Amino acid sequence: MVFKEVLEQLNVHAQCKKYGLSLWQCPQFLFLVMGIIIIISTLLIYAIGRRYIDNPQMVALVVLSITTILFIIAAIITRSFERLAEASRMKSEFVSIVSHQLRSPISNLKWTIEFLMSGRISSVTGKQLEYLKILKENSDRMGELVSDLLTVSRIEQGKLPLKKRKIYFEELVSEAIRGLEIFARASNVEIKFTPEKNLPQIFSDPSQLKLIVGNLLDNAIRYIPGKKPGVKRKNRVTITLKQENNNLRFEVKDTGVGIPESDQKYVFQKFFRSSNVMRHQTEGSGLGLYIVKSIIKKLGGKINFSSQEGIGSTFWFTLPILK
Amino acid sequence: MKKKILFIEDESVLQKTFGEILEQEGYEMISALDGEIGLRLVKEKSPDLILLDLILPKVNGFSVLKKIKEDKETKDIPVIVLTNLEGLEDIDKVLKMGATTYLVKANYSLEEVMAKIKKALG
Repeated sequence: MVFKEVLEQLNVHAQCKKYGLSLWQCPQFLFLVMGIIIIISTLLIYAIGRRYIDNPQMVALVVLSITTILFIIAAIITRSFERLAEASRMKSEFVSIVSHQLRSPISNLKWTIEFLMSGRISSVTGKQLEYLKILKENSDRMGELVSDLLTVSRIEQGKLPLKKRKIYFEELVSEAIRGLEIFARASNVEIKFTPEKNLPQIFSDPSQLKLIVGNLLDNAIRYIPGKKPGVKRKNRVTITLKQENNNLRFEVKDTGVGIPESDQKYVFQKFFRSSNVMRHQTEGSGLGLYIVKSIIKKLGGKINFSSQEGIGSTFWFTLPILK
Repeated sequence: MKKKILFIEDESVLQKTFGEILEQEGYEMISALDGEIGLRLVKEKSPDLILLDLILPKVNGFSVLKKIKEDKETKDIPVIVLTNLEGLEDIDKVLKMGATTYLVKANYSLEEVMAKIKKALG
């Protein structure tokens, strides 16, 4: 049994995968690296010692004591890395379990409210319907938040599933726009989409891409400046899609509130909400852009943005063409 | 003759809601609160459609589905899987095992689920 455990510990690749960390952050791998460093330095000390110290016993003593010190330091460092990695893994697992557990009651709640709203039990008055709608909106929000949390925990555990196939990206963007049409109209926002002609197919995950495009468009529409009396500005969201070398470049430009310069470096961080946005909208988890960036990275693309407070933001990302 | 729908699901809230709606729609609903009862009722009542959750007490949904599809008498009954598991592996596995449709609870409204039920019953 002990032998088996040791063997398992030696399978560095599997151990690192368990933590969902890259090689250089993985305790088991670091332990091996430390080991190699200790061996090399021991040999070095031995070589130097033999050259400069005449007494062989003295050489042995120096080599032994320095090796021991190095070994202790390495063990301490590796151990603390291991603890950190373990804590982070447990946190992700905890989030995952809690979110899964929350899903059942949320879908029960959602369906029960829908049942009440459908008027199948008894007819619903206008006032009742108004309040039922509030309940529905909030249970939907809860559902979305839990979905986002699950996606984040999957990303952190390195378990985000990708199902790639050949797709025409412009079709997917058009679909996402259609899905947001009602929301855009209600927010007095005009969406303009001009894809380049004859764009090549890409090999990517359509459902994840839909999530990403939907998220960026939703942001572009959602954060429009509050109405000022006398000012009649039509808000516009402009989407472009073009080929750039071996990539497709998707860009969405809005005339929204923009992101203050001091907040810009935190935009892709988890749970971050810009200060000026909080004045307009308290909804939202601050997970959207973190998820978007993680998925784009996994799909082999790049993402960034430019923004000016009070004028608007432009978010863009690239995706590799057929690999 | 009313068409019979067997609902294998451990959440009694859902049993209640679905029971009422399906009855209104003119179906007869039989409820099973765990996999063991579910399997027994599949045999006894020979339903026209089965709604199946995957996380169930006693016998889980995967095993229930496997047994239904292995049995000559029951293998042609359409099975709609209704669950909150949404791993791609689970979906693939269940569809390969012969389930008609896989619905993630969080992603479907009540009316959408009803439409799927009607479609599966033809």
